[in-house]
Amino acid sequence: MTDPNSAMHPTPATKLYLYVALSIIAVLVLIPLLTTALGGFKSLGELRTNPFGLPSTWHWSNYTDILFGDRYWRQMVNSLIIAALTVFLTLVVSAMAAFTFAHIRFFGSGFLLNYFLIGLMFPAATAILPLFIRIRDLGLLDSYWGVVLPQVAFGLGMSILLFRNYFRNLPDELFQAAFVDGCGYIRFFWYISLPLARPMIATVGIISFVGSWNSYILPLIMLNSESKYTWPLGIMVYRGEYGTNWQLALAFITLTILPTIIVFFIAQKHIIAGLTAGAVKS
Amino acid sequence: MTELSAPSTLLPSAGRARTVRSMSPLARGRLPVLLLFLPPAILLFTIFVILPMGEAAWYSLYRWNGYGSPQQYVGLRNFQVLFNNAAFTQALWNNGTIILVSILIQIPLAIWLAMMLAHRIAGVVVFRLIFFLPYVLADVAAGLIWRFVYDGDYGLFAALSAFLGIATPYVLADRDLAIYAVLAVVVWKYFGFHMMLFIAGLQSIDKSILEAAEIDGATGWQKFRHITLPLLGSTVRLSIFFAVIGSLQLFDMIMPLTAGGPSNSTQTMVTFLYTYGVTRMQVGLGSAVGVVLFVICVTLAFGYKRIFMRND
Repeated sequence: MTDPNSAMHPTPATKLYLYVALSIIAVLVLIPLLTTALGGFKSLGELRTNPFGLPSTWHWSNYTDILFGDRYWRQMVNSLIIAALTVFLTLVVSAMAAFTFAHIRFFGSGFLLNYFLIGLMFPAATAILPLFIRIRDLGLLDSYWGVVLPQVAFGLGMSILLFRNYFRNLPDELFQAAFVDGCGYIRFFWYISLPLARPMIATVGIISFVGSWNSYILPLIMLNSESKYTWPLGIMVYRGEYGTNWQLALAFITLTILPTIIVFFIAQKHIIAGLTAGAVKS
Repeated sequence: MTELSAPSTLLPSAGRARTVRSMSPLARGRLPVLLLFLPPAILLFTIFVILPMGEAAWYSLYRWNGYGSPQQYVGLRNFQVLFNNAAFTQALWNNGTIILVSILIQIPLAIWLAMMLAHRIAGVVVFRLIFFLPYVLADVAAGLIWRFVYDGDYGLFAALSAFLGIATPYVLADRDLAIYAVLAVVVWKYFGFHMMLFIAGLQSIDKSILEAAEIDGATGWQKFRHITLPLLGSTVRLSIFFAVIGSLQLFDMIMPLTAGGPSNSTQTMVTFLYTYGVTRMQVGLGSAVGVVLFVICVTLAFGYKRIFMRND
């Protein structure tokens, strides 16, 4: 068995075993991704004969056609707008609510907090039909808000919990010092709590951004016109249209996941910490 | 909080909540904060989470196409129809299988990798990054990528079987194999997340215990079995919890892979809800699925927390 301790400085044999095992898994993870990216450069015929290797001729046009068309960019912009609105609203609404839960005792606060925590227990899918009818009756169908508002609402439980725990752990002395200086709650929130909560803002922001960026079922149900489609809807439609032309679908998939991969490698520390620590702390 | 007592006498304490904090001078700003900071969250949450959930319970008792208001009361007929529907029972079965595989394959794999990555060897960070990468990709993208991998004409499976000289299996079109193909993608996509949980869990284990065991002559396996694994207990329970909750709502990944087919063999509760409830606008039936899913989620969440996560 491998064990983290005795082998802090592993023997060469252990090292070999580790590298072989880890590399096999890494290859299994990467091969689908690499073949997808490379497949986008191939012709359909070559995809059939040589799906693994490097393309014999690099068909850049598969990629450039997508990049010079407006479809790809429109979907990216739609996803970005929806994600940005979701993140912004989630942060504002949940930080404010969490602040009151952390600092103000009022009648029913425990009950109200538990009320929000119900939201942690079930996915949006359970209420998707009534949600659709509600959004339709509000006239928000086929608009960004029809996706954003339910997303924010379903993210509130987790975000409020994370913010509340963070605010509560800020040292109490801050609070007293501030109030001696005549600072009220709202100014305390704005000038002290929020700036100090920057790590938690990042965590909640990352969780809600990734959730919104990758979300499929809500946009699928709320958006009708293709001009409003987010990218997960877009690739499904694209794949439906060019179903037999896998090389085009592959190029499109590659381009749509490329931003995620780039951002992930740039900000990997924050993203990994945000997505896992966020889960653990709640 | 004791330091607050002196200046607090200057102000009348507000209302019924006679806690220490409420008597502080800051109390004067409490009401505006409550009126300003809470309502947005309460409104959003009530309108888009709680009410729809309640409505799902209500609609589930009706036969309704979503227009006008529900009129045709059918009692529990929708639930009856649901549990007599072969596709739905298959969906329940599949959800169960997904949970089981997540726990039995994914979590041991994640622990094994986390243990390996705890060694001080070069490249640990890179491996960790690679293993986590699938988790940040959208389920839909992962599903489409694997749809290509499994493609019997162009994909990697086609090439692999040609290389091995066997007939190309059309895995996703095979009623018996499709669900396993889906399960493989689930593991591929999510093991990295669980691995990160275990890496964090391992870091919190006190190294001196393991050293003491080593001095006493414990073998690697003994140390793992009797020290590391018990100390990882809370992480294992957390990891199982996420695996269960995630498996129950699996939808995004199934749609590009099989959309629940062939002949409903890869249906999950949510794909069933979408296929039979949403696309056919059978609001009553779809809401009934929602209610069943809700009851399962809440029961599991409560039960699990009560039984297994009491001390965490």
